[in-house]
Amino acid sequence: MQVAIVDYGMGNLDSVARAVEECGGRPFVTGEPRDLATAAAVILPGVGAFARGMANIRERGLDRAIVDDVAASEVPLLGLCLGMQLLATTGTEGTTTAGLDLVPGVVERMADSDGLRIPHVGWNEVHHASPHPLFDEIPSGRDFYFVHSYHLRCDDPGDVIATVPYGGDLVAAVARGTVAGVQFHPEKSQRTGFRLLRNFLASAERRDEPALTFSRPRR
Amino acid sequence: MLKTRIMPTLLYKDLGLVKGVRFDSWRRVGSAMQSVKVYNMREVDELVFLDITATRDGREPDYELVDDLADECFMPLTVGGGVSAVEHFERLLKVGADKVAVNTALDERPDLIGEAAATFGAQCVVASIDARRTADGRHEAVTRSGTRPTGRDAVALAVEAQERGAGEILLTSVDRDGTMEGYDLDLTRAVAAAVTIPVIASGGAGEYEHMADALLHAGASAIAAASMFHFTEQTPLEAKHYLRARGVAVRI
Repeated sequence: MQVAIVDYGMGNLDSVARAVEECGGRPFVTGEPRDLATAAAVILPGVGAFARGMANIRERGLDRAIVDDVAASEVPLLGLCLGMQLLATTGTEGTTTAGLDLVPGVVERMADSDGLRIPHVGWNEVHHASPHPLFDEIPSGRDFYFVHSYHLRCDDPGDVIATVPYGGDLVAAVARGTVAGVQFHPEKSQRTGFRLLRNFLASAERRDEPALTFSRPRR
Repeated sequence: MLKTRIMPTLLYKDLGLVKGVRFDSWRRVGSAMQSVKVYNMREVDELVFLDITATRDGREPDYELVDDLADECFMPLTVGGGVSAVEHFERLLKVGADKVAVNTALDERPDLIGEAAATFGAQCVVASIDARRTADGRHEAVTRSGTRPTGRDAVALAVEAQERGAGEILLTSVDRDGTMEGYDLDLTRAVAAAVTIPVIASGGAGEYEHMADALLHAGASAIAAASMFHFTEQTPLEAKHYLRARGVAVRI
């Protein structure tokens, strides 16, 4: 299965591609908007700052492709770390920046109260908030690898499918229709991370023939 | 809750891994690829890979090597050595590094930290500070694999690195490195108290109790160790069992 890994100049693309390969997918790294419509599933990776990430995505015309050809066409989309944050309505890292607005919410800096060290770096428990196929066969409370200073606050609590305890329950995973995102790095979370990636690939396989996917006309 | 990380450190020099004592007397300890594969199989929390001669030789990081290693490494990987420009960050991240460590440039090109943090986020910028105790009991930061004294206080340099945008401090005591006599707890305590970003204690671990000391009594957030994993029967997994019994949250 062809899995597009979106290259907007800021990701650990190679790690994600290797992990997808290990999980049985056929990854292709691309920064071409028109390629996204041809994929059976799309991963939006990302390491870096929100404003720079969105600027790069817009510059390459990838925002339209992600919103219209992927999300609106119900091609499964998974955002990783910054890639998840970019799904939000607004980012506040550096300046206030509009995101892809696929998962309503705002990305804010984590509060460094209670002597908590920021960034939040390391393995931490991910607790299910509502059942979702992304976590099939992954018990609640399993550790995943996190490294971030900002977190997503969802407008609709129903979009939150998992949380992580770090100075309160922070959003660890979101899903809205066929759009999903995880704050942690499944590609670096060893067996548990691979399980999640396999679940994502399986969700793409469960869909009807990818050939039936229609491309909406560009406006 | 957040688990305390136990991170094996791999030092790379002349095509293989080495380990020394006080940044000297290097001994060969095997191949980088083999070590990465073993640690990947053992599912360690995170790996630190430092090319200790890149800066001295005026080289950039060896991207091809990191690419090959990262392809076998499905856990977080911090890479350092020879990093002196934002492009080096970009290329290392692209081939599979998750975080990039900067040592000599902290002193010689301090703007690099801020530039890299603005582009890639503070979370992937690790300030790697090597410190040597001075006659008057302070800790002086040294660079270029410990060969160049900077005249700067290690604690002040850590604070400056945080202000410039570093997301983590890898703090190595040159005096304790390779001795297996325990971490420099004074140094660790001073830096951990002065910054709000995580501090990884490094240099001197010889037994599990040393790790507990740095974590429970000196404020370290994570532990790096090399000699005790290379030269003794002790393992990261056993370390975690020990630490768990001491009340430290670990991932087993």
